Amino acid sequence: MKIELFSPILIPFLTAIFLLFAWGRIRLQRVVSVTGAAALLVSSLVLLLTVHGDGIQAGQVGNWPAPFGITVVADIFSAMMVNLTGVIGLSVVFYSLSNIDREREHYGYHPLMHVLMMGVNGAFLTGDIFNMYVWFEVMLIASFVLMELGNEKAQLEGAIKYVTLNLMSSAFFLTAVGILYGVVGTLNLADLAVRFRSEVDCPMVRTVAVLFFLAFGIKAAVFPLFFWLPASYHTPPAPVSAIFAGLLTKVGVYALIRVFTLLFIQDPVLTHVLILAAAGFTMATGVLGAVSQNEFRRILSFHIVSQIGYMIMGLGLATPLGMAGSVFYIFHHVIVKTNLFLVSGAASKLGKSYDLKKLGGLYGRYPWLAALFLIPALSLAGVPPLSGFWAKLLLIKAGLEAGRYTIVGVALVVGLMTLYSMTKIWNEAFWKPGKDVASPPGPSISRAALALTVLPMAGLALTTLAIGIDAEILLNLAAGAADQLMDSSLYVQAVLGGGQ
Amino acid sequence: MEAVLSILVGGLYGAGVYMMMRRSIVKLIIGLALLGHGSNLLILLMGMLTRGRPAVIPPDQTQLVSAFADPVPQALILTAIVIGFGVLAFTVVLIRGTYKTLNTDDLDQLHMTDSIHPKNGE
Repeated sequence: MKIELFSPILIPFLTAIFLLFAWGRIRLQRVVSVTGAAALLVSSLVLLLTVHGDGIQAGQVGNWPAPFGITVVADIFSAMMVNLTGVIGLSVVFYSLSNIDREREHYGYHPLMHVLMMGVNGAFLTGDIFNMYVWFEVMLIASFVLMELGNEKAQLEGAIKYVTLNLMSSAFFLTAVGILYGVVGTLNLADLAVRFRSEVDCPMVRTVAVLFFLAFGIKAAVFPLFFWLPASYHTPPAPVSAIFAGLLTKVGVYALIRVFTLLFIQDPVLTHVLILAAAGFTMATGVLGAVSQNEFRRILSFHIVSQIGYMIMGLGLATPLGMAGSVFYIFHHVIVKTNLFLVSGAASKLGKSYDLKKLGGLYGRYPWLAALFLIPALSLAGVPPLSGFWAKLLLIKAGLEAGRYTIVGVALVVGLMTLYSMTKIWNEAFWKPGKDVASPPGPSISRAALALTVLPMAGLALTTLAIGIDAEILLNLAAGAADQLMDSSLYVQAVLGGGQ
Repeated sequence: MEAVLSILVGGLYGAGVYMMMRRSIVKLIIGLALLGHGSNLLILLMGMLTRGRPAVIPPDQTQLVSAFADPVPQALILTAIVIGFGVLAFTVVLIRGTYKTLNTDDLDQLHMTDSIHPKNGE
């Protein structure tokens, strides 16, 4: 039993159980919640260091040998994703301390948060496609309740849309798993990879590939399956939508990358052209949707969709550089996007609205907030020297090398339009003179609460800056992850041993 | 047997999708449930149907020699049913809450979160 491999799942699990026992004792829950999130971050860093040093780690639950037992695997890519869960989890839990109301805390906000993180980490670390389904459901059920907790009108409406489309995607996922089992007779990812490479070549495999693309595409909000996202992500309180925006769609992207690098590589012309086309449309529709919006978080939600396009663009290119670009992009995007949602929460708290028409004058009153917005916003648009610039640079370079000029053109134009809509938020919420300067909303927020709000945002902004200034560390990690993704024999060997 | 089950699975998927496209929230949930049942049966069907041959090793042998029913699909379905049940219970509570708060069970009325100009529902 490799403890560093299982701890990113066990820590949130134990934390959630403990929090359930402390039901109603909010002060205790807060302490435990922050401690648990911090422990998760530490354990995820340990995992990343282990994987980086010793190669892919694999473990079997209950010690049953690989194709039969429950496999847990961590390559650099999944370790990086687990690391992101740690970073985002800690920031959001910290931010929640001053930005979530007592009512929600009473009804299980903290345990749900940790169940959500457990589900996300489980999905990143599992080496078995059916287990991935189970972890998806764990994550989804926690997210359903978080989405709906509080019973506000908009939340319930958003929850109906969110729940319906995600359950549909689960049905697709389950169907695909069923057919896959019928065709190949195994569900272990490494074992599947071996069988796919050696024997299976039947038309059914393509059906399964497309079903998986649909199932994960809905979760990842890929064109044309993204409509649930901008309809629901802006309805729950800011910390909830921040963790959703940061992590949940990325689980879908992770699953897409995993499945389309490990399993469905026989027919790259079909699958990768499909993915590349979806990537282009996702970028373009997402950013066009964002341009037409007037609500802070709805603009950001549409940008999630647009950015998903970049992440799967690298997958569609299917070159080592493209894959490294995707991994880099995901890492940068999760940090930046979560930060933007946290900033939007702070802006609405200080400016009393999410509506850009009603907001204004935030720069004059809170210049620090403007700075905290500007760093992730410019990074999202890809302005050097911030992290987004390197992410886009990698993808565009990979696109040019692969000779896919159309998608490169789309990516560049979309980057420009991202800058435009970030400017719009800047103009409306921060630069434009405020309407009611006469009634400063000072007394409602205490100094301590403000510090708790600012700290996670500042931490994430500094991370963005650090990635931008010293991009080489993350670049090397992403390149390592891409090498492992492109060469599935490493993964197979780690899980099944040298015998295969 | 396979043919009957295939038709049943197809019917369940069809009915599920049809129900989901109706305007009533209740029918939407019924549709989702049917879709789930359809995929559960599909797993059973894809795992090859075998009758009266349990995957149990007789006491005087050390391994199974004859054809036997694959236990994996059944384990998968069991898991999926439990998950589906939990999710269904949640959705029933959700639609009840939605109906009480929004006073409608018509999906076409739920367009507040999709409009460009926020009406300040919060």
